[in-house]
Parts: sequence; structure tokens; C-alpha cells
Amino acid sequence: MAGPLLEAMGLACERGGRSLFQGIDLCLEAGQCVHVAGDNGTGKTSLLRILAGLLQPTAGSVRWRGRDIAATREEYGSELAFVGHLNGSKEELSVLENLQLEAAVRGCALSEEAALDVLARVGLEDFADLAVRQLSQGQRRRVALARLVGSTPLLWILDEPYNALDAGAVENLHGLIAGHRERGGIVILTAHQAIALPEGSRQLALVPGAER
Amino acid sequence: MNSALLAVVRRDLLLALRQRGDVLNVLLFFVVVVSMVPLGVGPELGVLRLIGPGTVWVAALLASIVSLPRLFAQDHADGSLEQILLSGQPAALIVIGKILAHWLVTGAPITVAAIPIALMFDVGYAPGRTLVLSLLLGTPALSLLGAIGAALTLGLRGGGVLVTLLVLPLTVPVLIFGAGAVSATAGGLSAGPSLLLLGGLSLGAAALAPWAIALALRISLE
Repeated sequence: MAGPLLEAMGLACERGGRSLFQGIDLCLEAGQCVHVAGDNGTGKTSLLRILAGLLQPTAGSVRWRGRDIAATREEYGSELAFVGHLNGSKEELSVLENLQLEAAVRGCALSEEAALDVLARVGLEDFADLAVRQLSQGQRRRVALARLVGSTPLLWILDEPYNALDAGAVENLHGLIAGHRERGGIVILTAHQAIALPEGSRQLALVPGAER
Repeated sequence: MNSALLAVVRRDLLLALRQRGDVLNVLLFFVVVVSMVPLGVGPELGVLRLIGPGTVWVAALLASIVSLPRLFAQDHADGSLEQILLSGQPAALIVIGKILAHWLVTGAPITVAAIPIALMFDVGYAPGRTLVLSLLLGTPALSLLGAIGAALTLGLRGGGVLVTLLVLPLTVPVLIFGAGAVSATAGGLSAGPSLLLLGGLSLGAAALAPWAIALALRISLE
């Protein structure tokens, strides 16, 4: 594919009157993975939310396939899978209902067998009928990550996806990311634990107040 | 696109079913407020007949405001609001789905509950029918206008009081034409103009409010 898929130019962000970062440029082609690193409060989550289009940058712009994401929200949303700090699952609904309803809202309805298949990939097949409220933190995180399995979006933005996951699930997520990149997908993630990052990922370090 | 709308409605109705208590609270609030009035003003039938429709409308308005926090606050707190806004579907469409589901579990039951309440106040057959019809036409406007307030105050501390101050003035026309329609019927006049205006308010709100709500939700997610 010619040219970068995701381009960010001169991104700056201010929170509460304090400049978090400025002049961030990012250019991602198919199959690339970026690890956004930085201490607490350096703006990792803000940067990811800007890239997802949830937060308006103070300066700069983000382009997807050469077009500003603010102008093509629907198109961009359908190519984006976002896992934020919050899992985004409904506690009152079962794991299966969460997965199926979310897929239906995205416009790609999931049959029960397909949904169970997805749950098996994240190790939740035995919990399909349990309400999310009854799950542990790590299992809830897996429910959130289940939206990545077999997902069509090309761009994954993952904010601390490894939080609360056990070693097996971390391994599993590595596998998912590797498979996604092989299919030409792009991954942007943050992680502050000392875990072995997916092979061949680039690092983008956020340093407080620095002009990059 | 329509399937996404239906999916949002299905999701919210399922959630309401799982949290029946919340939904019943709103209906109970409506019934209790209306039932208190005869206790306060005394059992004079002529007086009750006169104030019945207005009381029902005020109670419906208050009940719809009480129900507003249900609309977006939970989705905001657990992150599913950002997920559905990033789902690649038009935000206004999702908002319409959420409000439709909200109306089905608040406005619709209130409209049905107004039937026995009209009997309780002895408003008579024709005015009672107008009352139910006016609620059917007017409560969608209450849900739509209320949703603007709910979206604007999302994530604010003390948002509950603020939403009341924001929404109540906007809903005054709905209240006036709603109660006015019933008074007109009771006075032997045609309720047609008031009902048409109520329907117009609901349609106008349905056309414009979703865009405002979608924008307000984006702002509150920042």
C-alpha cells in the first residue's frame, strides 16, 4: 500500500492549563506497532485518545488514509478498535451478550457460535453466560480484549492492555498482536509494566514538556 | 445503519430489564406524586377534576427528569459510551436509539399509567382520552429535551440539580400545551391545535436534538 495509513502531525496537548506534550509526529504504515512510553502523567492516555479521535488536540492533526479523522469519524471508527482504561463492558449483561451486542452496534452481527469461538480464543468460554459483574478484574480485561479477536478494524489503539492480565493472557495478547500485524494491521499501545514488548515494535517516548 | 439503531435499542432495553428496579422507581415516583395531590388538596371532586390533568402533566415532567441520569451516566462511567461513539455509526443515530429505548421504559409506561390515574381524578371520558393522547405525543419531547441536559451535564459533580435547571425551562411549552389540550376538551373546545403543537414539538426535537446531544457527548468525553 502506498503511503502511510496513519499520520499525526505536530500534535500538542494541554490538560488543566499544563502542556503535556507538543510537536509529536507519527507516521505508521501497515504492519507497524508503536509502543508509547513515558512516566505517569506524561500524556500517554491523552495521546491515545487524541489518536482515537476522542480528544481534540490543542494543535496538530491526525490523518487516516490521508484524511483528517475529525472529518471522517464514521469511516475512521469502523476501522478502529479501541481498548481504553475503562473496559467498556456492561456489568449487568453476560459476557456473551456484551460481545454480541457490541458487534451488532458496530454493524457486524456475531452469531452465538462465532461469539463463543471468540471467547474461547481469550479463554472465557466457560464464563460466557456469567454477568460481567461476577468476573475478576483480569477476566473483565479479557472481555474487553475479546473485541480484538477476529475483528476487522485495521487500527488497534490499546491503552494499558496488559493491566490485570496473567502470564498466559499476556502471551495470548502478544499472539493476537503478532497475527494482526501479519495481516497488515497497525497497533498503538501503552504499557508501563516491564513486559517483553511485541517483537519489532517502535518506541515513542513522551518526556514532560519536551519539544520533539 | 438501521440494524445499528435496533442494536442500541435492544441493548438498552435489555439493560433496563436487568435493572427493573430503576425503571419501576420512575413509574412509582410518577404514581406517588400524583396520588399525593388529592391528599393535599382534599377530596372535593370538582377541584380534583379541574387540577387532575395539570397534576398528571407536572408529575410526568418531574418523573422524566428523575429518569435522566439513567440515560448516559452509566455508559459514561463504564466506558461503553466511548465504545459506541467509536463504533463507526453516526453518533446521532446512536443517540436516537438510546432515547427511543429510554422513552419506551419511561414515557410509554407513564402514558399507560395515566389511564387509571385519569379515572382516579374523575376527569371524564373525553378529557381522559385527550390526556393520554397528549402524553403520548408530548413525552417523546420530554425525553429528547431532557437528553440534551443529561448529555451536557455528563460527568459533572452536582449534575442532577443543574440538569433540572437546564431542562425545566425548555419543557415549559410541552407542559402548557399538554395540560392545555386537556382543559380545552374539558371546556368543550377542540384539543386539536394543542395536540398538533405537542406533536410538532416532539418532531422538531426529534429532528434537532440528536445532533446537539451527539455534540454534547463528544465534549463531555474529552
